[in-house]
Amino acid sequence: MKTVISALMAGIIFGVGLALSGMVDPNKVINFLDVTGNWDPSLMFVLGGGVITTTLAYRFIFAQGKPLFDDDFHLPTLLKIDSKLLFGAILFGIGWGLIGYCPGPAVASIGFNPEEPLIVVVSMLAGMLLYRKIAKA
Amino acid sequence: MENFTPYTSLAGGILIGISASILMYLNGRIAGISGIVSGIFNNPAVSEKAWRIAFVAGLVGGAFAYAYFFPISIAPREHITTALLVVGGLIVGVGTAMGGGCTSGHGICGMSRFSLRSITATMAFLTSGIVTVYVVNLLAGASA
Repeated sequence: MKTVISALMAGIIFGVGLALSGMVDPNKVINFLDVTGNWDPSLMFVLGGGVITTTLAYRFIFAQGKPLFDDDFHLPTLLKIDSKLLFGAILFGIGWGLIGYCPGPAVASIGFNPEEPLIVVVSMLAGMLLYRKIAKA
Repeated sequence: MENFTPYTSLAGGILIGISASILMYLNGRIAGISGIVSGIFNNPAVSEKAWRIAFVAGLVGGAFAYAYFFPISIAPREHITTALLVVGGLIVGVGTAMGGGCTSGHGICGMSRFSLRSITATMAFLTSGIVTVYVVNLLAGASA
């Protein structure tokens, strides 16, 4: 139960952060990626603020040895930079640039502007499932 | 430069960082949205599903609450058709599943751990996103 409440709390803060930052506006996202045109560098500040805050906090958190409500930190075990990582990330960027939605803002936007995000999230889930089917085969 | 919002964007980014820190400090989890969402469907353990669903509920609720007090207006996007949203969503889904993360998992959490995989992925999706928007604008300009 504790992990459910803490996840809910973290989710709420994340959702407020996304809304405040402007990432939930797909036009703003596309303008951020439009470096040779109507460039809006705002989202560099989202990334910067997020990375600086998390980097500082993670140093303290990992020094604790384990999280408060679990026995271990659940960190990715893969270390190798392989073609799947690279090809997957490139694909993701193409989709992101086409529609202006990455997973977080797409899910969060269902809360206030569901028309486009619902289509995106359902398609995204289908894509995730599809990849898992292909990868297993 | 269009509608530059450095202060609110920085503040929003810091909130996202605080959220990622809480999730790691308390639950020992990476705040990567693509991973959290896909785990709801492909992780059979109820306890795994429960915290993920709670996070997603908070994500939607947090954005809803913000927009309730500070309405967010998004300019209509006539050129974005339903078919494009479906194709784009599919590509985002396949890409994040294959690449093991998105803007939050690789971009925020992974970079904050100095993970080489995440730094590589972030550079890759930023680059392909920029190229995609460039090409789309080029094609739109050519057809206009």
